[in-house]
Amino acid sequence: MSTVKKDSVVRKLIQRHGILLVLIALFIISSLINKNFLSVRNLTNISRQISITTILAFGQTILIIAGMLDLSCGSVLALAGLLSVSVYKQTESLILAFFVAIVIAVICNFLNGLMVTKFRTPPFIATLAMLTMARGAALLYTNGQNIYQIGKYTFFGQGSVWVIPTPIIFFFLVGLATWYILTHTRLGRTLYAIGGNEEAAIASGINVNRRKMQAYLVNGVMVGIAGVLFMSRVNAGLPNGAVGYEFEALTSAVIGGTSFSGGLGTAGGTVIGAFIVGILNNMMNLAGLNAYLQQVIRGAIIALAVIYDMHAKKMRTTRTLGSIEDTQSA
Amino acid sequence: MDNNIVLQVRNIEKSFPGVKALDKINFAVKKGTVHALCGENGAGKSTLMKIINGIYRPDSGEVLVKGQVVDITSAMQARKLGISMINQELNFVPEMTVAENFFLGKWPTTAGGRLAWRQMRQRAKQLLEENNLPYSLDTKLKDLSISDIQLLEITKATADNADVIIMDEPTSAISDKEVDVLFDKIRELRSRGTSVIYISHKLDEVFEIADEITVMRDGKVIETRPANQFDKNTVIALMVGRELSDTYPKEHVPVGKEVFRVQNLTRRGVFHSISFHVKAGEIVGIAGLVGAGRTEVLRALFGLDPYDSGEILVNGRSVRVRTPVDSIANGVIMLSEDRRRYGIVPVRSVKENVTITRLEEFIYNGRWHRQKEIDRVSELCQRMNVKTPSINTDISALSGGNQQKVVLAKWMVRDPLVFLLDEPTRGIDVGAKYEIYKLMTTLAREGKGIVMVSSELPELVGMCDRIYVMAEGKIQGELQRSEFSQEAIMHLAVGQ
Repeated sequence: MSTVKKDSVVRKLIQRHGILLVLIALFIISSLINKNFLSVRNLTNISRQISITTILAFGQTILIIAGMLDLSCGSVLALAGLLSVSVYKQTESLILAFFVAIVIAVICNFLNGLMVTKFRTPPFIATLAMLTMARGAALLYTNGQNIYQIGKYTFFGQGSVWVIPTPIIFFFLVGLATWYILTHTRLGRTLYAIGGNEEAAIASGINVNRRKMQAYLVNGVMVGIAGVLFMSRVNAGLPNGAVGYEFEALTSAVIGGTSFSGGLGTAGGTVIGAFIVGILNNMMNLAGLNAYLQQVIRGAIIALAVIYDMHAKKMRTTRTLGSIEDTQSA
Repeated sequence: MDNNIVLQVRNIEKSFPGVKALDKINFAVKKGTVHALCGENGAGKSTLMKIINGIYRPDSGEVLVKGQVVDITSAMQARKLGISMINQELNFVPEMTVAENFFLGKWPTTAGGRLAWRQMRQRAKQLLEENNLPYSLDTKLKDLSISDIQLLEITKATADNADVIIMDEPTSAISDKEVDVLFDKIRELRSRGTSVIYISHKLDEVFEIADEITVMRDGKVIETRPANQFDKNTVIALMVGRELSDTYPKEHVPVGKEVFRVQNLTRRGVFHSISFHVKAGEIVGIAGLVGAGRTEVLRALFGLDPYDSGEILVNGRSVRVRTPVDSIANGVIMLSEDRRRYGIVPVRSVKENVTITRLEEFIYNGRWHRQKEIDRVSELCQRMNVKTPSINTDISALSGGNQQKVVLAKWMVRDPLVFLLDEPTRGIDVGAKYEIYKLMTTLAREGKGIVMVSSELPELVGMCDRIYVMAEGKIQGELQRSEFSQEAIMHLAVGQ
């Protein structure tokens, strides 16, 4: 009955894997251009460089899937990291310092969640307010001064366990947790439903507000970890650090296929997105490109990647749509 | 070339991977006629209309408008060629006002390129007056009901001076009274020389309005005849390729104890002192015109809207319902009339849509019991006869009838006691309707209580044990099955 041409293998591959192919292509091109690219050292370097923003990106992924976002993560990272450094200097306890960062970031995100659920503020506005508040609080705490001489605190960002740098271990653990939450917990499933169609989620008996709050709390834990890693890596407590990190995190999530219309996104996609950004930066650095030009190129590539992914997605859905609609009359 | 033919398609073929959606379709619409297109969902009606409207491109064959071969590449271009389409699932901008909506996409501008607001308002006002529509120009569409918006859409299409207007299930969301208004409008269009392609599952309406009828099945045109040379049973037989023995599989089952009772439920300004009850095994109908407050009552009972006073009793126990979480915990569920808005999560799979109501059964102790979930969903899809390539398919890829079955399946996961069904068969094809009736019968036999709101009187009469009739936010009367007739219901529904 059917005389339809089979789709070419290439086409199918493009439709199914979208952005992963971009990463693979980028990988191949990079290793051809620069011999140093494929060295263990360089790849470790890239992973370490992207670890902090990717940890933030995991939080964003969880939030964007549920139709929300967090603009405050960069500022909250700074506040949490700064207080953590300060506590370390007073107590010399790494564990206590680590938990202080997480508690602070979770409190900020509890407030984010409260604004979004209880007071029905759009997440964009709520977290924009938190962005300003947290940055102000950080500057207020040290009166704008940096905290130096942080001693063993550098372990988190610069140390390593066996041969693996600590930031990469955190990167891996947070990524794993994100994957687990999104695919293996009720919270994850529920967040996909909320982002896909909030009204249907409510009408299906989901306590939407509670779930949204939980998403912000999880994000808080991740921002707290990122705060510790950041301060430790820069060797200081910087109240003015990590400015604009929220956009880098959003970029990785979005390039990785997390949809701003909600309901779509994966931890794996975000890792891919983060590596695309990381490899691009790395290649441009190795090539010694002008820093301003790098920024222009980065922006253009973000646009291209997303256009490409949207196109692949659209091709896929319209095709399945047509075919299924018309196989009904059995 | 026959001058009388305004739109013609010749040997149109369209394939999607693995399936031939349209097979050498020939179809012609005469000037100033109403041409009905009948067929089950999936017969190819929508694909054909999408080709005529420029959304899909045909693999082969040609489309002729007034004798000229044309290549339609977009809906905008179709509109310029005089073809306008009113979709079954309305697309509109909720934040836009009535006046703006009329000119969506083609706002008139002044010579300087500014929007010609005054001209727009004048024209919109004139359109509303011509069509006797009581809306204010500044009302936002989000504040109107589906049927209001539909009437506006129809008005909009007629204002375009289209030669051919395609109406896809235009009456699926409007009441009988409004259908009369619509039909008057269609007759007026016809007398002005406009042609209408009318797609509907409601054959009574088709026979009332159509001059010609084309029946499609499995991507082919089965037959085209003048309407007066067809009768309903023939059309149904051609559509399904088999005779439908009984349209309503009603069974009389022993009625048990009362499972659901509503006493003096009131929401000020919306509905007043609503009292009714349902016994186990009963299917109870709520009839009424659009705007009578039926949907609003169900929404309040389910916890989607608040109520001011009154009492809800489940199994004789008084319960307080604030959110759907409360009512679901009490075993009361609701199927919304607006499937796209309250029923499905469009970007997710069939499986996820089904189990969302009871995740704790599949994800517990920190583990996801994947196989258990797959088994349960497969079993339910089989029971509900959901036609889907796989349970991992996006739910939006399914036809309306199958989506509705999935939405029902998601509630079956919870095994509820009371079903509040708001227009459960709206906009779905004959076959799927029948399956949903069958399911209702099965549920009644299992001792569930069912409340069904419907605008289709034959469906209420066919399926219910008792019918309450609402008008103006109040229950006007109750009819026993022996007293059922469409006339008796209408009498109460128009009030006074």
